[in-house]
Amino acid sequence: MVSNPAILAKGLTHKFGKLVAVNHVSLQIETGEIYGFLGPNGSGKSTTIRLLCGLLHALEGQVEVLGYNMPQDADKIRGQLGYMTQKFSLYEDLTVRENLDFLARVYSIRGKLRSTRILRALEKYQIADRQKQFVGTLSGGQKQRLALAAVTLHEPRLLLLDEPTSSVDPQSRREFWADLFELAAQGTTILVSTHYMDEAERCHRLAILDHGNLVAEGPPQTLIDDIDAIVIRVDTDRPAVAQKCLQQLNWIRSIAQLGKRLHVLVDKTATAPVQAILAELQQHRIDAKVTVAIASLEDVFVAATGYRKG
Amino acid sequence: MSAPGRIFAITSKELKQLYRDRPSFIMVAGIPLFMIILFGYAINLDVRNLSAAVANQSGSELSYQLVDELQASQIVHITRNVQDELELVKLLDTGKIKVGIFIPADFERRITDKSRNAVQIMIDGSDPSITRVARNITNLSFSAHTGQAVSQVGFFATRVYYNPESRSAMFIVPAVSGVILQLTMVLFTAIAIVRERERGNMEMLISTPIKRYELMIGKILPFIIIGLIQASIIFLTGFLLFDVYVQGTLLDLYTAALLFISAVLALGLLISTIAKNQFQAMQMTLFTLLPSIFLSGYMFPFDGMPQTAQWIGRMLPLTHYIALIRGIVLRGVAIRELPDHIHALMGFFVVFLLIAILRFKKQLD
Repeated sequence: MVSNPAILAKGLTHKFGKLVAVNHVSLQIETGEIYGFLGPNGSGKSTTIRLLCGLLHALEGQVEVLGYNMPQDADKIRGQLGYMTQKFSLYEDLTVRENLDFLARVYSIRGKLRSTRILRALEKYQIADRQKQFVGTLSGGQKQRLALAAVTLHEPRLLLLDEPTSSVDPQSRREFWADLFELAAQGTTILVSTHYMDEAERCHRLAILDHGNLVAEGPPQTLIDDIDAIVIRVDTDRPAVAQKCLQQLNWIRSIAQLGKRLHVLVDKTATAPVQAILAELQQHRIDAKVTVAIASLEDVFVAATGYRKG
Repeated sequence: MSAPGRIFAITSKELKQLYRDRPSFIMVAGIPLFMIILFGYAINLDVRNLSAAVANQSGSELSYQLVDELQASQIVHITRNVQDELELVKLLDTGKIKVGIFIPADFERRITDKSRNAVQIMIDGSDPSITRVARNITNLSFSAHTGQAVSQVGFFATRVYYNPESRSAMFIVPAVSGVILQLTMVLFTAIAIVRERERGNMEMLISTPIKRYELMIGKILPFIIIGLIQASIIFLTGFLLFDVYVQGTLLDLYTAALLFISAVLALGLLISTIAKNQFQAMQMTLFTLLPSIFLSGYMFPFDGMPQTAQWIGRMLPLTHYIALIRGIVLRGVAIRELPDHIHALMGFFVVFLLIAILRFKKQLD
């Protein structure tokens, strides 16, 4: 049986005044996959997510979520959606338990099921010992676990998570992703936006957004394999000087310094780039080791968006 | 040396922020302009044209002349003619008139009989200031068709209904309950939705299956209970400290309070769908409160206000609540005898709530 895509968007466009926030974005997210939006701030990640869950009305384009047209049919599928806002949005002046109880009621989870679901969520997200604590006093990681507990309480078929880990420590982020994989294994489709490369790498598939445009899409490894650039590694004792001198070369797309190492992206069409870089550095009497390197997701991101261009 | 520079930095920042907060900026000019126009209309200490009715059982030419002269005095404005004293009392009860003029069948005979009053003036004494004005009728000199001035002590007999001791507290406390309820109730709901938006809860809330009307009604219900508690505190205090006792039934009293509380809560909710932040919500609350205080009959006798002011006054829930509550507390009239005001308050509730629900969108743009 071929299942319908959880999200199908065609030519999605949205503007805020003159600013084009989302520009003809088309995407298809399959049921049960973890799909990532990777992009810098202002790339249109949040706006796209809001368009997909019907909180914003698209200027152009069509959206189908779980087989329903958005935003017209938004009310019909609210019960099957879970949307975690970028900014923490639970009630800080209510306790953990009260927040969960409120949401369970809003999602019409009745009777015994309500208390079992809440208890399960409290256990699963390790906040059982905090249930009487006011949410405003929780740590970043606890708040985020509570937010995930709250957004999954009604067992949604589709989760839309807008930068869920932007304010938590690495340990909490790892645990959070373990939870996401568990949810995906149970059949939940997850759309998650991030600006962390390591998180993006965990997604089944990834879309890179830049200035409202979808500039690359595919499984992370495929994106890395198909990178539209050559990555060159330059090891040197004088990375800052080397960077300055390489910046003069107009065929170099970007340079990033990583400690004593430079990551240089050049066009695939460049002829013998390693030799050319070496020659340029020697001309400035800079000792360096220049080799072709394996691309990382960050390189893919830089190649696709043109960010950090020297 | 840098102090003036820093003061200037703060000052110019404040002005920029004020200018960009459009509603607040509009209020800079709007509040004084709007208020001074309203109050200019409403402030009318020279109360005239008290609404009145006549029961003229005499029907003689002389009696009609008396009615004409009373009308010409501008103290009263005679709007209806009725059959008897009972009907006058009924009109006074329901607040439709402030003064009843009863001319008995043997009016002409009474004129000549110095020991008897010729005309009875019935005054709604709820408002001591109206009583004062109405009593001026007795100082009028009445010229008969002979051209002879008939000015005699005891020509008019006055009878003050409802608040015979002319106690201000009897008159003020019921109305104050309305002003207090309006202030607190409107404010409660005015910040209700704005606060969720400001704290970031709204985006979460509108992504849930909750319906617009569920959210609105859910926001109103708790404050209805709080409003009724407040009303109880006000009236209990009025009774214990100021000796204000309720002539009508407590059920009617609470019904009136419930109607008014619902209407002003819905008004607050409407404000909440317009205001962008809690500060704007508070400004708008104030903006609705001030006209209510001045044009509802709370501060100045409603009857004495010019037509324009009365017309605006009828657009305010407080006007109708004050009419109801004074009827119940002072005149002991049953609430069902005042259907116009009941319907007005119900209308406000329904209209405000509907507009609030329609204005509130489950989306961010």
